[in-house]
Amino acid sequence: MLLEIKNLNVYYGVIQALKDVSFHVDEGEVVALIGANGAGKTTTLHTISGLLKPKSGEIIYKGKNIVTISGNKIVSMGMAHVPEGRRVFADLSVAQNLKMGAYTRRNKKEIEDTMAMVYDRFPRLKERQTQKAGTLSGGEQQMLAMGRALMSHPDIILMDEPSMGLSPIFVNEIFDIIKSVHKDGTTVLLVEQNAKKALTIADRAYVLETGSITMEGKATDMLNNDSIRKAYLGE
Amino acid sequence: MLSFLTSLVNGLSLGSIYAIIALGYTMVYGIAKMLNFAHGDFIMVGSYVIFIFVSNLGLSPVIAIPVAVVLCLILGVTTERVAYRPLRNAASPLAVLITAIGVSYLLENVALLIFGADTKSFTSVIPWSGITLAGGEIRIQGVTIITIITSVVILLALQFFVHKTREGQAMLAVAQDRSAATLMGIDVNKTISLTFAIGSALAAIAGAFLCSAYPSLTPYTGAMPGIKAFVAAVLGGIGSIPGAMLGGLVLGVIEILARTYISTQLSDAIVFGILVVVLLVKPTGILGKIIQEKV
Ligand SMILES: Nc1ncnc2c1ncn2[C@@H]1O[C@H](COP(=O)(O)OP(=O)(O)O)[C@@H](O)[C@H]1O
Ligand SMILES: [Mg+2]
Repeated sequence: MLLEIKNLNVYYGVIQALKDVSFHVDEGEVVALIGANGAGKTTTLHTISGLLKPKSGEIIYKGKNIVTISGNKIVSMGMAHVPEGRRVFADLSVAQNLKMGAYTRRNKKEIEDTMAMVYDRFPRLKERQTQKAGTLSGGEQQMLAMGRALMSHPDIILMDEPSMGLSPIFVNEIFDIIKSVHKDGTTVLLVEQNAKKALTIADRAYVLETGSITMEGKATDMLNNDSIRKAYLGE
Repeated sequence: MLSFLTSLVNGLSLGSIYAIIALGYTMVYGIAKMLNFAHGDFIMVGSYVIFIFVSNLGLSPVIAIPVAVVLCLILGVTTERVAYRPLRNAASPLAVLITAIGVSYLLENVALLIFGADTKSFTSVIPWSGITLAGGEIRIQGVTIITIITSVVILLALQFFVHKTREGQAMLAVAQDRSAATLMGIDVNKTISLTFAIGSALAAIAGAFLCSAYPSLTPYTGAMPGIKAFVAAVLGGIGSIPGAMLGGLVLGVIEILARTYISTQLSDAIVFGILVVVLLVKPTGILGKIIQEKV
């Protein structure tokens, strides 16, 4: 198991956002975490990457409990996080944003190689490398956020609603990229409201409802599950 | 004409001092997102340290200034750690502002307790008497020249640091989005500490020049230059490094010209009046915001 979440309880002040959340991600998997708006998906990812500290519970990553480790150190353990709303550095250029993603790495040559790989994957970013990130379209910013995460050369990427607010063409493109990132050996924990798309590319999935995991299983089974179809696939 | 030139040079010199202070102000604001109202008092602390070392202990400024810089740096980092950081995520941003005002009074009163209210006469740290031009018609003091040169060197060094080093890049990231910076692997606390270290060290340097040019030192010496440097930072566009430099120079020149040609009493009123006018016309200051906050 690459990542194992055990009985996670997270609060915002007195309000409990996650209740006894447990799940795991195996190496090489794409695991989807689906759920309605406000279910606690972002909270889950923020807690895993150390932006939030849980009240109780364990996050075992590569065999180590990382709950007490600060967020910036978790990055150098090989975990990258593409945050909700992309959060690119708007005033910095595309290239500067990408370099920021390699902040934990020191070897200039390796960074350049990764950068070339990212530009290969996202030709649009290469065309716009000197442009300020704030001037990119939503879809391009999403690509930049993903490219920036790849710059740390992660073993696992957490992605928070990468398709949010994008036009259908971009949505397809983003999901194609997730597939190819996965094919190249990166484990993916994918949070999505677009459950259909997420379940199509995931190996397994968990359903989060008001802070608790209510269902889990193989993604293909979930796609055929009646209650899932009703609640999340709009059928 | 010659007296105008002399005033202009003096203005640039005073402006350079404001600029050095304003650079610290603007970096702390741009990166830590707070107005450190105690910043001016760090100038006073640095000046007293130099005063003790040079006037009381008879040591060379070459030793005194680095000691003052290091002590102010420690004071700045400690103040942030102890007084500001715990309030960083407070419900109201006013909490940390009020704390900063408290720190300002604390430093002034501690200085009052230790050194008393009487004015200490500061020995210039620049023994060089300067140069004369135009056949002896214009005299430019050594401290004036060194102050201007130092401020330019500091500006260039800061620009290099922010844009070309890893730590500088971390500052740019933290300035824009702390959470995203953390997700890049950047230690936000360390970055903010470093910002305070730089700002406070600059305050000590400013103190050395300020008290050399205007050699009377009291516990309130830093207060007014601190406020004016804040005005300079706002004038130039708070958060912007070149803006702080420009704002400082503009403010210094206006102040000296107003003092020379209009009225000594009114010069401060004119300085603050200009701030109001500039902000009415361009609320983001002359150079706008280079480091921007992203919510
Ligand atoms: N900073 C916050 N302060 C207080 N409550 C929050 C905060 N962020 C999220 N919440 C609450 O926690 C719950 C889960 O939110 P979130 O994790 O953002 O859900 P999702 O990502 O699934 O839409 C929601 O009820 C939300 O209102
Ligand atoms: Mg969310």
